[in-house]
Amino acid sequence: MSDWPLLSLTIFLPLVGVAFILFIRGAPEIVAQNARAVALWTALATFLLSLMVWAHFDPAKGGYQLVEQATWLEPLGIRYHVGIDGISLWLVLLSTLLTLVVIVGSWYSVHERVKEYMITFLIMDTLMVGTFCALDIVMFYVFFEGILIPMYLIIGIWGGPRRIYSAFKFFLYTLAGSVLFLVAIIAMASEAGTTSIPEITRHEFPVAMQMWLWLALFASFAVKVPMWPFHTWLPDAHVEAPTGGSVLLAGVLLKLGGYGFLRFSLPMLPEASAFFAPLVFALSIVAIVYTSLVALAQTDMKKLIAYSSVAHMGIVTIGCFTANPLGLTGALVQMLSHGLVSAALFMVVGVVYDRIHSREIAAYGGLAERMPVYATLFMLFMLASVGLPGTSGFVGEILVIVGIFNVTPATPAIPAQGSWVALLAATGMVLGAAYMLWVYRRVIFGALEKPTLAAIRDLRLNEVLAFAPLVLLVILMGVYPSIFTDPMIPSVERVLAEIGASSPIRAAAVAP
Amino acid sequence: MLHAILVSSPAVGALVAGLFGRWLGDRGAQLVTCGLMAVSALCATLGLFLYAGEPASKVVLARWIAVGGFEAEWALRIDTLSTVMMFVVSFVSFWIHVYSIGYMAGDPGVPRFMSYLSLFTFAMLMLVTSDNLLQLYFGWEGVGLASYLLIGFWYTRPSACAAAIKAFIVNRVGDFGLALGVALCFFLFDSIHFDVVFAGAAERADATVRAFGLEAHALTLLCVLLFLGAMGKSAQLGLHTWLPDAMEGPTPVSALIHAATMVTAGVFLVARFSPVFEFAPAALALVTVIGAATAFFAATVGLTQFDIKRVIAYSTCSQLGYMFFACGVGAYAAGIFHLFTHAFFKALLFLGAGSVIHAMSGEQDMRKMGGLAQKIKFTYAMMWIGTLALVGFPGTAGFFSKDAILEAAWASHYAFHLFAFWLGLAAAVLTAFYSGRLMFLTFHGAARGDHEVMEHVHESPPVMLVPLVVLAIGALFGGWLGKGMLDPEGRWWGGALFTGAENHVLHAVHEVPLLVKLAPTFAMAAGLGLAWLCYVRMPSLPERAAAALRPLYLFLYNKWYFDELYDRLFVGPALALGRLFWQRGDIGIIDRFGPDGVAQAVLAGGSRTVRLQTGYVYHYAFAMLIGLVLLVGLYLFLFGA
Repeated sequence: MSDWPLLSLTIFLPLVGVAFILFIRGAPEIVAQNARAVALWTALATFLLSLMVWAHFDPAKGGYQLVEQATWLEPLGIRYHVGIDGISLWLVLLSTLLTLVVIVGSWYSVHERVKEYMITFLIMDTLMVGTFCALDIVMFYVFFEGILIPMYLIIGIWGGPRRIYSAFKFFLYTLAGSVLFLVAIIAMASEAGTTSIPEITRHEFPVAMQMWLWLALFASFAVKVPMWPFHTWLPDAHVEAPTGGSVLLAGVLLKLGGYGFLRFSLPMLPEASAFFAPLVFALSIVAIVYTSLVALAQTDMKKLIAYSSVAHMGIVTIGCFTANPLGLTGALVQMLSHGLVSAALFMVVGVVYDRIHSREIAAYGGLAERMPVYATLFMLFMLASVGLPGTSGFVGEILVIVGIFNVTPATPAIPAQGSWVALLAATGMVLGAAYMLWVYRRVIFGALEKPTLAAIRDLRLNEVLAFAPLVLLVILMGVYPSIFTDPMIPSVERVLAEIGASSPIRAAAVAP
Repeated sequence: MLHAILVSSPAVGALVAGLFGRWLGDRGAQLVTCGLMAVSALCATLGLFLYAGEPASKVVLARWIAVGGFEAEWALRIDTLSTVMMFVVSFVSFWIHVYSIGYMAGDPGVPRFMSYLSLFTFAMLMLVTSDNLLQLYFGWEGVGLASYLLIGFWYTRPSACAAAIKAFIVNRVGDFGLALGVALCFFLFDSIHFDVVFAGAAERADATVRAFGLEAHALTLLCVLLFLGAMGKSAQLGLHTWLPDAMEGPTPVSALIHAATMVTAGVFLVARFSPVFEFAPAALALVTVIGAATAFFAATVGLTQFDIKRVIAYSTCSQLGYMFFACGVGAYAAGIFHLFTHAFFKALLFLGAGSVIHAMSGEQDMRKMGGLAQKIKFTYAMMWIGTLALVGFPGTAGFFSKDAILEAAWASHYAFHLFAFWLGLAAAVLTAFYSGRLMFLTFHGAARGDHEVMEHVHESPPVMLVPLVVLAIGALFGGWLGKGMLDPEGRWWGGALFTGAENHVLHAVHEVPLLVKLAPTFAMAAGLGLAWLCYVRMPSLPERAAAALRPLYLFLYNKWYFDELYDRLFVGPALALGRLFWQRGDIGIIDRFGPDGVAQAVLAGGSRTVRLQTGYVYHYAFAMLIGLVLLVGLYLFLFGA
């Protein structure tokens, strides 16, 4: 079994499901039912396959594993080249898990164009897994950009009233970044003479060129993360997207930015990364403080969570550029944790939206009385979001804060003192608690007075099933994160080695 | 094994009652949680006999975080300090679980309540047994969570929700310091394990660190950051505003969390880090000043409050101040000793107050009480025991610990020790005064309550009275343990509390002048006498005094206007900034000049281009002619004819 092309199977299995769904014909209800069933089984099989990937992954090794290569566009030297390391492993699992969760969670909430809906999500699955597995830069680009299309459709077709504006905004923002990314790819490939990611990583680019390349990559990744001030597409996209779209958008798509920094910017352009690190820190800090304050002022639940995402991703970008094992691992854990927690929070909003059709915080109040299970789950994810120890949110946050603090000593290249960055990043802890507790109080606590809520019912079985894995993982990652961090560490060490101890961004972490 | 059972049984109780409470029913949840707490309390009592005075040992339960040298386990550190704390926590918690059976009877959320109480106990035990900063942080935020859940237990009340959020967020401000403390600790010691940190503190006594734009004494900075966390948890001046509001929670919660255990976590932290604080005199000075100021400040506010629980809450705040300045002047043992005795008499006072509130059908305003002494004699007697211990009546537990603290403050040679002594002494007078006022207003004089309420006044059921008796025994006789705890050589502690080579404060307390020795007793007598004068002898005096000193009275009654100040300084501006960033920043600038602006510009450019396409031949001919002229002109200009 170990010589099976596990990764390729995982990538392309959802497309088999798509093929099946395409051939479903009949009365609308029958089509919808069958489409749901096929999508569910396909997503489940894909998830199980990705678990097999995990089982075959050797956590002690730092290099790429389960590598597969095949010729693709030979004249240009572009190959079909996939493989994973400890960085992408968890993101692959996150993608397949969340696709499954979305399909289970939206079982009863999507009624229009169910067939197409399921097809888009399965295609998303393929593209997301493909992005994280791709080891050829052109192939990466194809998958990376490909994700835009289904997501654009999800927002534009199944979205809310302002969906067209949001879909365009989302598309234009990300596309603008991507164009520069494409230019950078061409430049890098022609300079290094290869499109293989591991080989480009070994190539040493001239420092002046690194600067331009870094900025071009940054334009793409910063929009994806999103970093302040490129974040304004996110609240709009989330507000208009259907719950499933928000889940994948927050859960996986935002991670592409952080993944890009770790896979491309840092190891390929270490000098430029060191040079621009203060910029990243500054923008991240602004993101944390600014968007946390903005979140405080929101009246729309989805917008609030969207803004909180920007703040949490600020922790990720700080962690990426600390260039020490703590910060990098912390950034990865934070990405996973945010993937689970924000996905869950968007589902939490989706549950009441399905029932009352309002995202306004003011439309709710006192739900604890009629929805105790819902209140408990919301509480758990709220606490994970504010980074309570014992939940996944804490591990990433504390690792990044400790990591950035320890950048301080011998870092002439980073004039932005690590301790200040740590201090300001930690203010997010206080502000995050403020807006999350407040929204919880307004939605869940208080007396149940509104007539619209009088008959609201607690979670359905499919909703409980969709939340269950997220609950388990959030707690497991908080209590015993070693399961997740152990396979990461060799790969993180490899990335740090690729950055090179002599590079200024590394010197800090190496010095005692 | 003993300790694993001790710590885990409340967790099991919390899980069982929380998850299966609906099926267990009220009685089942009470039995499970109380039974498991009994196990825990027994283990803790056993532990006190087996482990007090023993050197530190550690039980590792599991790995937690291990990344790049940053390592933390789930572990239990067992030394005398944690043994004492475990005993206080488990023992008091058990009796409060029992009390809650009576107090919460008939509430629709009994299983939830019992589950939260056990959850709190578990978190607190994790806190006191932690062997590294990260687990301490886990317990620290865990008790904060339990406190948030319990303050907001009656979640349909807006005031309870507001108080719960306030408690969590103000605590978070403190935790923010603690998180940075974790980071700095790792930076300094390459470890966050207590044994490594404590062993390495001495050699880093002179180290400096460049952080936050200044070149600071490393250990001082570390201690200040940790103390910021302690201030939040222990409601010290500046971060104290949440504690009085926390009285929105059910009374057993106030007794357990906001008097006996959680709020003392800050004192525990300072004592735990005595091996580091001893090398950071500036940080100790800060602890002394803040502690003494809080002791005085809270006592002054306590003078004017009418809510029976709020008076006791401010009293807690004030007593915590005593514990802190005891640590600040180097007498850690005295601080922990007071923590120990305070747990008994303050829990007793709160539970007594709960019994009063229970008797008064939920009334908490002392202006509507009075004359209760005859009706609920038993509670009355218990409340007097608690009060006497609090004011430091000779022979009671509080007498020994408070005396020890004040004498230590006098005898110490640490910075600001006299400042602490005088403020502490003044606070002792005030403490006796407000305690006497509470007793006289509640139990003496004419009955001021509604006729109907007064008709129904009844003694509480035995399940509530037995815990009172147990705690009263502790409040009366807990002081006898002090002899060992205050041993100048620190033998009793088995090295759990560290005192530097220069620190002889526990020796020096035996050589203070007689007047200093007697001062606390005089202070107590003066305060109680004054209260008697004001509220029994001449009941019109307080009002006349309040009218004569109206500005001062209002200042105290409004708690020095801290809440108003913070609302103006932080809450309002944060919301305003949020709206500003959102409306002006995101929508007004980024979107306007970013995506929307670009889209507008493209559209506008497009429509302008469209206008060029008029369709008239002469327009095009004219444009061609102009173009030709310009091109030729340019050619001639550039290359010269």
